[in-house]
Amino acid sequence: MLHAFMIKPGLLLANAGYQSNWVEVLSQPFMRNAFIAGSLVAIASGMLGYFVVVREGEFAAHALGHIGFPGATGAVLLGLSPTLGLAVFCVGGALVIGALGKRASERATATGTVLAFATGLGILFASLATESSTTVTNVLFGNLLAVSTGQIKVFALFTIALALVLAAIARPLMFASVNPDVAEAKGVAVKALGIVFLVLMGLVVTMAVQVVGTLLLFALVVTPPATALKLTARPIRVVLLGTAIGLAAVILGLVTATILNLPPSFFIVSYSFLTWLIVLGATREQHRSDH
Amino acid sequence: MAGRSTEGALVCAKNYGVSNEPGETTTDPVISLRSASVARGGRTIWSDGTFDIPRGQIVAVIGPNGSGKTTMLQVLLGLIPPSAGTVTVFGQTPERGNPRIGYVPQHYSEAVGQAVRCKDLVSLSVTGTRWGMRRSASDADEVEAALQAVGAADYADSRMSVLSGGQQQRVAIAQALVGSPELLLLDEPLANLDLRNQREIVDLLAELQRSRAITILVVVHDMNPLLAHLGGSVYLLDGHAHYGSVGEVVDSDLLSHLYGTQIKVVRTAQGDLYTRSN
Repeated sequence: MLHAFMIKPGLLLANAGYQSNWVEVLSQPFMRNAFIAGSLVAIASGMLGYFVVVREGEFAAHALGHIGFPGATGAVLLGLSPTLGLAVFCVGGALVIGALGKRASERATATGTVLAFATGLGILFASLATESSTTVTNVLFGNLLAVSTGQIKVFALFTIALALVLAAIARPLMFASVNPDVAEAKGVAVKALGIVFLVLMGLVVTMAVQVVGTLLLFALVVTPPATALKLTARPIRVVLLGTAIGLAAVILGLVTATILNLPPSFFIVSYSFLTWLIVLGATREQHRSDH
Repeated sequence: MAGRSTEGALVCAKNYGVSNEPGETTTDPVISLRSASVARGGRTIWSDGTFDIPRGQIVAVIGPNGSGKTTMLQVLLGLIPPSAGTVTVFGQTPERGNPRIGYVPQHYSEAVGQAVRCKDLVSLSVTGTRWGMRRSASDADEVEAALQAVGAADYADSRMSVLSGGQQQRVAIAQALVGSPELLLLDEPLANLDLRNQREIVDLLAELQRSRAITILVVVHDMNPLLAHLGGSVYLLDGHAHYGSVGEVVDSDLLSHLYGTQIKVVRTAQGDLYTRSN
């Protein structure tokens, strides 16, 4: 749809607007898949996102999406699955970022430089591969409506595995995230936990790219937990609230997109943005009245 | 005044000194170095450290910038092995995760997650070394007790980001106190604090030292705030590590040499001791 919009603006007018049969469209199997896949990504992002925010790893999350882009287009070039290429590059990129340095600030320049190069590489691969413009659009902006039942199974298994791993390592990971020097002195494997965390992040990003794309994944992986953290400091509540915000954005975004016949990514990102904006305004006000 | 406080601390240490290891007595040194050197990336930071630090006192760690004060703490924590010689803490080779040592790193408040509540931060000292989600009722009690001990119970539910520098430092000390360590290592706890907060933190350390009969090593730039409570000092001079009692260290010639500028030791009519650079 967005693709059509870029070529022939006139088509937008033909395609957009109130879709009277939206209730019927919502009950289609591809829509059910979209709701399930989007929800799984929201849940995975809510769990992991808390750690992303307290570790100040937002930029790494953003960068990983971009690093995944040449993975997806390169895989298409080689005739492989773009998801596989995406996962390999995201996890590989996570390991590289992890090797760059202990603190987020130290590696910001290196991460940004790699990010720019990766994006350039992605464009090169895309232009070399024929019939790749759909893949490019899907990777950049996501295509929730194209998620298959097979992908959903993978998403579900990964989300369960993520929950189990995080439950096991949550406390040491938290210690290593907010208090690395003390954690190290206390015998916590700070470096190993950092690598495990980045690999998990690479996998969550791989999932999220398929929903909202590399350019917009920040809105699903980072914004909901960051918004939740403004409202509460209790770790469990941040995870639950962040997940709830992400779920609401995905579900409302899909419904709105169907009613108006426009891309779901736009509405998912918009709901996430609006929630953040409202909470930002409300907590600012609260801070002012505190003084 | 200086002499009085120091004496008091030593007496207390003798009366209440705790000992967990069989065969360990309160007269054994808490820290022992024998010809110890430490190197980083092939470069020797300091060498020839041979000294014993007795238990139950406040010890300053002083030296010019880059002389290896932080490295000294890292060696004692078992984060860096000595490149030569031996280092023992409580009679044993330092190893990470020693529950008898509490640690407050340098730049604590800058490095710590500012969005985290104080009590969650302190509780990481209890639960952060365990896998899984188990939690017992005694965990919360321990956190509560540590926050009480530093006078930070009032802001246990606040986020670190809303606290003052002095309050954040109290939380850092509370975190280090979890598990009732017998040795506290603090790296520049007075940096970035105004004079009033410096004095409050020093008073808190003196109080903790007395009531718990523990040993506290404090890396400081300026010894003055600590002088009234000081038992001795580790000083890093010309690439070598030394230890001296307060009487030996608070000496114009030594301090002038150490800081490369003329320093005078002044004793007021009231008996207060301080140093002044000309």
